[in-house]
Amino acid sequence: MSKVDLLRLEGVHTHIGEYHILQGVDFAVPDEGVTVLLGRNGVGKTTTLRTLMGLWHASAGKVSFDGEDITQLDTSEISRRGIAYVPEDMGIFAQLTVQENVRLAALSGRFDEARLQWIFSLFPALERFWLRPGGTLSGGQKQMLAIARAIIEPRKLLLIDEPTKGLAPAMVQNLAEALRALKQARTAILLVEQNFHFVRSLGDHVAVMDDGKVVHTGSMAELASNEEIQNRLLGLGTATT
Amino acid sequence: MITSTSVAQEAPQSKVSTAEGAATAPLAALHAPRGNWWPPFLVATLAIFALPLVGAFPTWVTLTLAGLAMGMMLFIMASGLSLVFGLMDVMNLGHAAFVAVGAYVASSVAGALGGLLYSGTSSGALLGMVIVAIAAMLSTAVLGLVFERLFIRPVYGDHLKQILITIGAMIIVEQLVLSFWGTQQMTLVLPEVVRGTFTLGDIAVERFRVVAVVLGLVLYLGLLLLFGRTRIGLLIRAGVENREMVQALGYRIQRVFVGVFVAGAALAGLGGAMWGFYREQFTAAVGADLLVQMLIIVVIGGLGSVRGCFVGALLLALVQTYVNYLLPDLALVSNVAVMVAVLLWRPRGLYAAGT
Repeated sequence: MSKVDLLRLEGVHTHIGEYHILQGVDFAVPDEGVTVLLGRNGVGKTTTLRTLMGLWHASAGKVSFDGEDITQLDTSEISRRGIAYVPEDMGIFAQLTVQENVRLAALSGRFDEARLQWIFSLFPALERFWLRPGGTLSGGQKQMLAIARAIIEPRKLLLIDEPTKGLAPAMVQNLAEALRALKQARTAILLVEQNFHFVRSLGDHVAVMDDGKVVHTGSMAELASNEEIQNRLLGLGTATT
Repeated sequence: MITSTSVAQEAPQSKVSTAEGAATAPLAALHAPRGNWWPPFLVATLAIFALPLVGAFPTWVTLTLAGLAMGMMLFIMASGLSLVFGLMDVMNLGHAAFVAVGAYVASSVAGALGGLLYSGTSSGALLGMVIVAIAAMLSTAVLGLVFERLFIRPVYGDHLKQILITIGAMIIVEQLVLSFWGTQQMTLVLPEVVRGTFTLGDIAVERFRVVAVVLGLVLYLGLLLLFGRTRIGLLIRAGVENREMVQALGYRIQRVFVGVFVAGAALAGLGGAMWGFYREQFTAAVGADLLVQMLIIVVIGGLGSVRGCFVGALLLALVQTYVNYLLPDLALVSNVAVMVAVLLWRPRGLYAAGT
């Protein structure tokens, strides 16, 4: 695994109104593999991703991407530097067709035919529903469309927020296969997830958050084999590990 | 399922097709899933039901044409308001100021072009009206640019402040109009070639109403093409639905918004010029007088929907015209009655945002 940090957060604080959500977040994402951001509900995982994307600006600290300080950049500028974002609600344009959703994500205005076929091989449903409005897709299909949109052009880093939320088990399995394919294609991924079973075989690195801070970083292998950390930081019982 | 794992970063030597290429459907097919034929059907049904109530067929045709012409002008004025509301969640009550400025500029330019506009030749009148329309649109586009920077940008995300500041801005613009042009009524006389009526059998058809209907239809179709077939249209439709996601995809939504705001102001200016020609006499309150109707159209059409704005404008104008003829005492409440009826049927308006 590469040792180069693609993304680095140093002492990042984020306030939303009067609430102090991120209270000094520090962690790094290598330029390959899947980094999983774990933690209980409400500890600041989604806020971290939104701060990275510039959707909420950090009130203190520094976010560096590919060696550049992006802390105060506009969201569109951050995206154009090679970060794709799949939000928790997937952000599908319900009135736009699947094709239009994907077309919009291709900033060049063109599809690379081979890449599109590769995406169809990952998510066959998208080809089948190509001219259907995004709003008519099922939850799983919407998640696939959201990821397809993020990878229609090569990106350096994918930020994916809780992709398994509300999905049927078969769909989760399908999604895991797709993410493995992306990982093998050397796309760096930062994945926010609560479903530890989903990420334990997928993740390479972990950062665990609690109360607006990262309280543990390390390898997934280490976390998967350490029930004490799992219990203490993630509230997982023995049966689930 | 997973058949290839090799092309994520390095796109192989693949043919690059335009996004509008093989996967693109014809316009009608593209819009078919979003099709919603009930509202236009309602407009047609309304007109048909009005026929026995009106009684005489020639009168009904005259009333229907009057309603359609009025609806088209209201659509032109309100479309920008709807898009701005849908795209940036900005309630711009100052939109009415663009209508007033458009009408006043049109009046001044028409006065300056008197020889050409009222020469009596069709080509001269047509050219003069085009110049008048362009002048009205350009002036309100520039005003829109300034207006957005001064009054809208500081109050994003705060509806109460938007309402207060845009009403204030409308009053300021009205007062500036009065101080520049004076307090007297303005006139905007129609050129001879589009004045008066022609007859088809027993039916008297007002020429300018035909012009208004044709122009409104052309603009509507143009907007549909813009939204359905172009990348900027796609971007606007997406922005109306979820502007945050549009930003996250790498687009500078603020620039799109300013463009839409300026275009909306220009359309309101054009609408103001047309309304000025239609009424031939008006004051600085011409926009404010139409504001309630524009807001009702935006609400019943569905925020951010051009299609909804079009159908809503026709519905409102036809009801108002028929009621004004059949039950003049109820004319004033007909607008609100239409809004209540539509919102009871479809609380979010006739069409979804971005359609």
